[in-house]
Amino acid sequence: MFRNIKMVGTKMIGGLLGWTESRSGAIGFVQPILMHRVPRDAKWWYVFGSASLMFFSIQVVTGILLATMYAPSAAEAYSSLQYIDQQVPFGWMLRALHAWSSNAMILMVVIHMSQVFLHASFKFPRELMWMVGVLLLFCTLALAFTGQIMRWDQDAYWGLGIGAAIVDRVPMLGNQMRNVMLGGPYIGGATLSRFFALHVFVLPGLTIALIGAHMALILKNGISEMPKPGMVVDPKTYVVEYEERIKKNGVPFMPDAAQHDMVFCGLMLIIVGVLAAYLGPVGPNGIPNPTIIDANPRPDYAFLWIFTAMALMPPQIETAVLLIAPPIVVMLLLGLPLISNRGERAPSRRPGAVLAYVLIATALGTLTWLGVVSAWSPVMDAWTSLPTPVKYLVGRTPLEMQGALVMQHSQCRNCHSLGGEGGLRGPNLDNVGSRKSWDQLVRQVQQGGGNMPAYGKNLSSAETTAVVAFMTTLRNAGAPESTIPGAMERQSSPDQAPTSVASEAGK
Amino acid sequence: MSCDCSNTPSNQPPSPSERRGVMLKLGIGLMGIGGAIASIPLIGYAITPALKKYKNSWIDLGGTADFPEGETRLGKFTNPNASPTDGASAEQAVWVRSYKPAQFQVFAVNCAHLGCPVKWFQQSKLFMCPCHGGVYYEDGSHASGPPPRGLFEYKWKIENGRLLIDAGRLPGLEQTV
Repeated sequence: MFRNIKMVGTKMIGGLLGWTESRSGAIGFVQPILMHRVPRDAKWWYVFGSASLMFFSIQVVTGILLATMYAPSAAEAYSSLQYIDQQVPFGWMLRALHAWSSNAMILMVVIHMSQVFLHASFKFPRELMWMVGVLLLFCTLALAFTGQIMRWDQDAYWGLGIGAAIVDRVPMLGNQMRNVMLGGPYIGGATLSRFFALHVFVLPGLTIALIGAHMALILKNGISEMPKPGMVVDPKTYVVEYEERIKKNGVPFMPDAAQHDMVFCGLMLIIVGVLAAYLGPVGPNGIPNPTIIDANPRPDYAFLWIFTAMALMPPQIETAVLLIAPPIVVMLLLGLPLISNRGERAPSRRPGAVLAYVLIATALGTLTWLGVVSAWSPVMDAWTSLPTPVKYLVGRTPLEMQGALVMQHSQCRNCHSLGGEGGLRGPNLDNVGSRKSWDQLVRQVQQGGGNMPAYGKNLSSAETTAVVAFMTTLRNAGAPESTIPGAMERQSSPDQAPTSVASEAGK
Repeated sequence: MSCDCSNTPSNQPPSPSERRGVMLKLGIGLMGIGGAIASIPLIGYAITPALKKYKNSWIDLGGTADFPEGETRLGKFTNPNASPTDGASAEQAVWVRSYKPAQFQVFAVNCAHLGCPVKWFQQSKLFMCPCHGGVYYEDGSHASGPPPRGLFEYKWKIENGRLLIDAGRLPGLEQTV
């Protein structure tokens, strides 16, 4: 009885499969893709492309779900995000997943690209795969930037302002291009709508098409082997030799290579899921009302290095760099496999490439870290939120105490730290009295210089005297008051232990 | 993908126009013309903001008494070019400095570097930018940091005791205010 049912069942499923296959050819289409032969050593180094694809798929699914609740209108976007976060079951988790999976996707794309570069997998005959990959990198970054706009908070608003200011610097056509970008002469409803169209239609469509091309090229050219020193790429013989080796030593993608992908992707998925649940959604930070000028806009991680470059570049070359560097970078990235498409692939035989990679990675990493710290930004509320450390007030004269008040009141600490708290733009003032003499301090306060504004017109001479009197007391214990070289020194005891004057006075 | 082609119509001799490829050329031509005509409104629609002339308007910021002499205050207005979906982003702000009786300077809040919102500090008489550390003096001139110039200034006038400014665009280096 049971056997009969099983047989009938098997027959029915077989029949159904056969019926579908004869009309769709689906199995015949998928089978060669799954079973294409890959090098035997395609293991853990090869998982990052698959992980990028997985995170992109998560973005598509969570993105579609978010679009069912998000209101892409400047008037309602912000409140619809709050509604998704706070009222919709699992809404916050969906936003968190979309945000953290986006970061993970960028990370995986960058690692994938690093591996391909270091193993020189872009060489003949895989030049086009690299170029399509570079376009996919740009799509990924464009999705990240437009996605940041979807949050429609202060970061989004002022981030658009920065983008607009950059586009505006294009000679002749800058203003028109800026208006096209914003959808009008200012940031508003039209701006969000166009970035929404880019983020949910244009860029995902383009990305899917490019992923299709990337995959088709994999099937056409095969996956590159792990590089071995001495195994050079020669376009004349490579294809024949590669196919021979793959025929002899290759393994089918499913399951030999795919199992590594699956283990890694599963692990990544769990990590990002836990991270999203733990860290929660990103933003929205602050209502995007441009009359709220207390905003402190920051870009997302992927763009912090640009933010840093804008702060640290000499202003004279800024416009030139902004307009000339991007096309050069794009051309170099796209053209890389045309510049070098043969020869050694092993990193040990390509010291120049490895050095270039290390330099670029270090530069980008450093710029990103500097962007996190952003020492050049004044701490806008330091003067009201950070009290003068008490140890710097002990034992001071009334004039010096008044000077401490002037320092606090005149926003000095927005740029200068005291006791480890305050802005980092200017030098810390903890022992400024050891570095500068009375006269030098007066000059610095009144005339500014070295990136400090001149306070000559903004402080009365009594205020200047007081603040300078206070600053001359800020020095290491026992260290003499700084004097102009050559001028008569008031005291000298240079070999004192470096404890602060104030802490000694406090004893 | 093989087929039994023996009794398909393609075995019949092609018509004269098919043989010379006239039909194909006609098809390509018609598609080209049709596509070109259809793409005019598409492209025009997409780049409208580049073609359209956006005009500034004189906007009422409030009575001159709202901006007392010797002070710099935030003035707010609704963008004259606002569209129905703008929400709070139609709100705009400017810094209004009154330095003499009935004499004003009206600054854009957007930093001349990359457009971040500058904040006024009455005590040190400085504008500071939170993004890249641009600093300006009370008259809008550049004090320190990366901005290539001073703050952008709006044209202003007084009518019936009201302070009006000529506004509507996001200021930038190319086209200021």
